Amino acid sequence: MNDRVAIIGIGWSGYRRVSPDLSYKEIIYEAALKAYNDAGVDPRKDIQTFVTVAEDFHEGTSIFDEYTPDQLGAALKPMHTITGDGLHGLATACMLVKTGQFDLVALEGHSKASNIRTLPEVTAYAQDPILNRPLRFNSNFIAGLEMNRYLFETGATLEQCAAVVQKNRLHALRNPKAAFGAELTLDEILAGPPISWPLGKRDLAESADGAVVMVLASESLARQLSDKPIWVLGIGWCNDSPSLESREWGELPYIQKAAQIAYRQAGFRNPQGIIDFAEVDDTYSYKELQSLEALGFCLPGEAGILTEDGATAFDGELPVNASGGSLGMGHLLDATGLTRALEVVLQLRGEAGLYQLEEVNVGLAQSWRGVPTTSGAVAVLAN
Amino acid sequence: MTMRKVAVIGAGMTQFVRRAQETPKELTWQASRMALESCELTLDDIEAVCLGTAPDSFDGIHMNGEYLSDGAGAWRKPYMRLYVAGGTGVFVPIQGWYHVASGLFDVVLVVAEEKMSSYYPHAQAAFLTIFDHTTERPLKPNLLWIFALEMNRYMTTYGISKADIARVSVQHKHNAADHPCALLGDPKITVEDVLNSEVLAWPVQRYDVSPVSDGAVAVVLAAEHIAKRITDKPVWIEGVGWNLDTAHWTNRDLVYPRYVEYAARMAYEMAGIKEPKKEIHIAEPYDPFDYKALHHLEGLQLAERGQAPQLYIDGTAARDGNMPVCPSGGLLGVGNPIAAAGLMKIAELFWQLRGEAGARQVPGQPRRGIAQAWGDLMQVGTVVIMGR
Repeated sequence: MNDRVAIIGIGWSGYRRVSPDLSYKEIIYEAALKAYNDAGVDPRKDIQTFVTVAEDFHEGTSIFDEYTPDQLGAALKPMHTITGDGLHGLATACMLVKTGQFDLVALEGHSKASNIRTLPEVTAYAQDPILNRPLRFNSNFIAGLEMNRYLFETGATLEQCAAVVQKNRLHALRNPKAAFGAELTLDEILAGPPISWPLGKRDLAESADGAVVMVLASESLARQLSDKPIWVLGIGWCNDSPSLESREWGELPYIQKAAQIAYRQAGFRNPQGIIDFAEVDDTYSYKELQSLEALGFCLPGEAGILTEDGATAFDGELPVNASGGSLGMGHLLDATGLTRALEVVLQLRGEAGLYQLEEVNVGLAQSWRGVPTTSGAVAVLAN
Repeated sequence: MTMRKVAVIGAGMTQFVRRAQETPKELTWQASRMALESCELTLDDIEAVCLGTAPDSFDGIHMNGEYLSDGAGAWRKPYMRLYVAGGTGVFVPIQGWYHVASGLFDVVLVVAEEKMSSYYPHAQAAFLTIFDHTTERPLKPNLLWIFALEMNRYMTTYGISKADIARVSVQHKHNAADHPCALLGDPKITVEDVLNSEVLAWPVQRYDVSPVSDGAVAVVLAAEHIAKRITDKPVWIEGVGWNLDTAHWTNRDLVYPRYVEYAARMAYEMAGIKEPKKEIHIAEPYDPFDYKALHHLEGLQLAERGQAPQLYIDGTAARDGNMPVCPSGGLLGVGNPIAAAGLMKIAELFWQLRGEAGARQVPGQPRRGIAQAWGDLMQVGTVVIMGR
């Protein structure tokens, strides 16, 4: 068995609102080429197994895993597809290395959201076909219900949610990869219009196109190949109830459990004082607050106050989504969590450029698979 | 380097049927419950859940894995779904294997489900969107056509007759007559029946093809120290292998599945097997079509190229032969709910190697078996070797 796993190569392509000039294969190829060059490996000779994350209905292809190998250099190699978030893919890559059977793994996630003409209808098709689909719920409607419950249970305010949007989109201005950087006032954000009250138009992340590829290695190989390996200290993932009728709406027990698993592997219980910065899910503004509480950075109801106080801003005590998050960079479908992890790696390597945080050693990435799922993952990375 | 040993300790499967009344979620629940009961565990003992199901379009649900999660017992547990199309059923225990072998978990529930009948009138329509959107889909290819191409290529290259291939279908359907969950077991079917069945796309005839079916299968995997505490008959996962070829299937010589060979070599190496023909006692190759079983036996190095039909002619492949092939009845006999059909082969090896296969039991206390599945565009091979 290999005990430790490191990320030794990263590559990305994007992120843009639309990319009519490129196919999904081309954006993946670009990201893969960068990652392989970054790690100094040849995919045909060196990489032993490949993992991708994708969902059929996002791709418009049945059994999409057919089209995963060529652009990664994975033809006639062990390769498989996880229908999960990029962090589920990261967990898979880590497990493959930890078995001792593999020393070098490549992982890919992508979004070509601009190709999907009916994204709201597609996501709504994830609801229970018997109990919920006949009610014709829109995904954002369900998010509105959840937001309402969260605000009710914790006393968080609309202004605090708006402060998340303001912060992340401001952060995105420093990130050249981010498509949605903006300087907005709270009033502009609160002006909506409402999508599903209390959820306003600016509370939700717009989708974007892009791809992320990572190369992971066992400890011995990582030390040979890389002078700045980023270690995966812990990774956890969890599901709660998939049915809308029998789940918690105010809090996120699946993120709590995923975090517990990741923290236990990393050897701590409480992230406060250990984690220097976080890239968390902000598919909707309130989700960042809910996630921070589930991750144990503060008590329920406190995340909004911390945000208003600037504690989660770029220069705060715990910078959250310094990259801009999904609100600032765009939501990347199944690659969303992998993008969060990529941003953590860039910070830990000191390669974040204009938005580089000072003296950071341990970072956290967290993801959620979107409405109507209760599926999330947490990774703790360190340099 | 020593690897963590992983055992199969329990298995359960639903009836394979043409049109299940149960929802997909209920099917996964039934199989999961049976697997847990078989080893006297409860969901509280399960640390993580792995689920395999092929395209979302069968169940007609986006993110189908999320929908199925609580049926598979993944409430407040780490849960992941994977797919490699038809290869999924044999890959999902590989996913379970790496969950345990990585040291992250000790007891994992592995579930595979497929409900093809929701796709009305016929699940075949779901396959229209598996082809390349630019170069192939405009031609409206049907899945049966590409099997016909491959079967034709195989027959023509080696001069194999339809009658020799039909023996596979006959034997598998005979075997399935002893399987309590089987959809198409038939102790009386003959080679003539196969050759006289309706032509679908020459040379593929109706009885050359496995049926569209609904069903679910589950197995429980455990690390060595747990497995030995729970059962005195653990069945070890000795080797795993998988391989995915390019999506450009039209550039491949369809006569030989190189991806299956590579997957098998990976698994043999891990299991320390040098001479597969001698060291494998039971084979469960993937048989959605009768010629496919032959094709895969060659890929698995269990027969020389073009020589696999001989195993059926000389009786080697029979249930009491030297190397029984698909003693379960395979997909041709038991049924083909895609991902579940692959995991059915794993469950069959589990029962055979423990001596619990009842009327299907292979004589001579077999020690080691191999299960294999195939999928995508003539593209992926997944292989698991199990031993006691």
